[in-house]
Amino acid sequence: MTEVLDRPTSSQSVGAVEPLLRVSNLTKYYGHVAGCLDISFEMRPGEVLGIVGESGSGKTTLLNCISGKLAPTTGSIAFNSRRHGLVDIYDLSEPDRRRMQREDWGFVHQNPRDGLRMRVSGGANVAEPLMNLGRRHYGDMRQATMDWLSRVELDLGRVDDKPRNFSGGMQQRIQIARNLIHNPRLVFMDEPTGGLDVSVQARLLDLLRELVRDLGLAAIIVTHDMAVARLMADRLMVMKGGHVVETGLADQVLDDPQHPYTQLLVSSVLQI
Amino acid sequence: MTQEAAIRVDDLSKIFTLHNQGATSIGVFEALKLEVMPGECVVLAGESGVGKSTLMRTIYGNYLPTSGGVFVSHDGAPVDITKAPPHQVLEIRRRTLGYVSQFLRVIPRVSTLDLVIEPLLENGVELEEARERAITLLQALRLPEAHWELPPSTFSGGEQQRVNIARSFIREYPVLLLDEPTASLDAANRAIVVELINAALAKGAAMVGIFHDHDVRDAVATRLFNVSEYKAAA
Repeated sequence: MTEVLDRPTSSQSVGAVEPLLRVSNLTKYYGHVAGCLDISFEMRPGEVLGIVGESGSGKTTLLNCISGKLAPTTGSIAFNSRRHGLVDIYDLSEPDRRRMQREDWGFVHQNPRDGLRMRVSGGANVAEPLMNLGRRHYGDMRQATMDWLSRVELDLGRVDDKPRNFSGGMQQRIQIARNLIHNPRLVFMDEPTGGLDVSVQARLLDLLRELVRDLGLAAIIVTHDMAVARLMADRLMVMKGGHVVETGLADQVLDDPQHPYTQLLVSSVLQI
Repeated sequence: MTQEAAIRVDDLSKIFTLHNQGATSIGVFEALKLEVMPGECVVLAGESGVGKSTLMRTIYGNYLPTSGGVFVSHDGAPVDITKAPPHQVLEIRRRTLGYVSQFLRVIPRVSTLDLVIEPLLENGVELEEARERAITLLQALRLPEAHWELPPSTFSGGEQQRVNIARSFIREYPVLLLDEPTASLDAANRAIVVELINAALAKGAAMVGIFHDHDVRDAVATRLFNVSEYKAAA
């Protein structure tokens, strides 16, 4: 089982034209209320997509649909997985989809309590994804856990403490380590730096940029923080009322927004 | 002309529409045409507010033109950066098109040396060689060695600007946009930057620049381009 953890060697290097993710005409209704409407886009390996918009604009609905948590009303989500190639994730059987999620994805929740097991130690939380993939060598897993805890700047002496004994910011760092330790191809992040103090946020943003460069990691980041969007995203989608109202190169959308709503959003940012 | 232009600006128009201020339209320029050949440094002229920076940002793909195109020679073929998909624009910026702004916009807490070697690592240069080249350049720019391991957010304006210049010149981009790169530098450092620019031109780089300092402008410009000739009708 361990071989699935290895990165594909050079198969996805230059000129890879096959998308990592292809979302087509995705619509989600909650009863008669629209969550998100007719959304289509593609992502390439290594690309970081930012989704911005106000509360209730459909950002999180979209993220949940794409990440397999919420079946869309209509439309399809195809993901290029290591095991199955480019497949519609809702065409896979439940066990296959769950295995693909464990192997290829990470999901960093806004609230670390949603992404962590609060009753087992921080270190066990970080190592668990490796166990789920069949690793059984505890020494190796402990080592990998220690490596990741130091990369997210956690005190290694506290590896055996329970998450509830950590601060909110530290919990978030554990969650991030837990979601990157298994070398995912795509990481979903819902307001990942919302609960972190600014210095940790900076270190985290830098870490994520390094990973994107070194591992060819792709990420979808939902945020309302325009500064995070600028630093992290290659490309932005701006959502309002369930629709994508503007999309494009991140710095272009932020510096020369075309849609009235994007102009309002960008001009509302406080300057420091 | 048989040689391919490094930048060809084709009938470019830009009107800003401010939807939240009663849909006010501000016309900047229209039907603007400009060709820049390798080895040329075209300096944009015209008074403040005439659209020099807007033109530069549009060439960089940072602003979206109202009509027209900007063709940048990338891997030997002209690509319209205003219509290219985001990943291609980023690819062009990584390997072909550099931009030196007046301001350094970086991630907090990343050291100066790491910032300067980043463009090389992105282009697949080995860490050891990247470090050597970064050190050579930082020494040439006379940035004190004690600063190299520090993040530049606490540096003086002139020091930050030199980090910015090092980041842009280390890659030897074939096409370079210079938005007042010498704005906060003293005379000695300005002279060093002029040397860097002229060395890059001699190697065949194409440049578009904005310089308010006349000495620097005269030292690097191969010709002036007056943006106000294309002023949009009010």
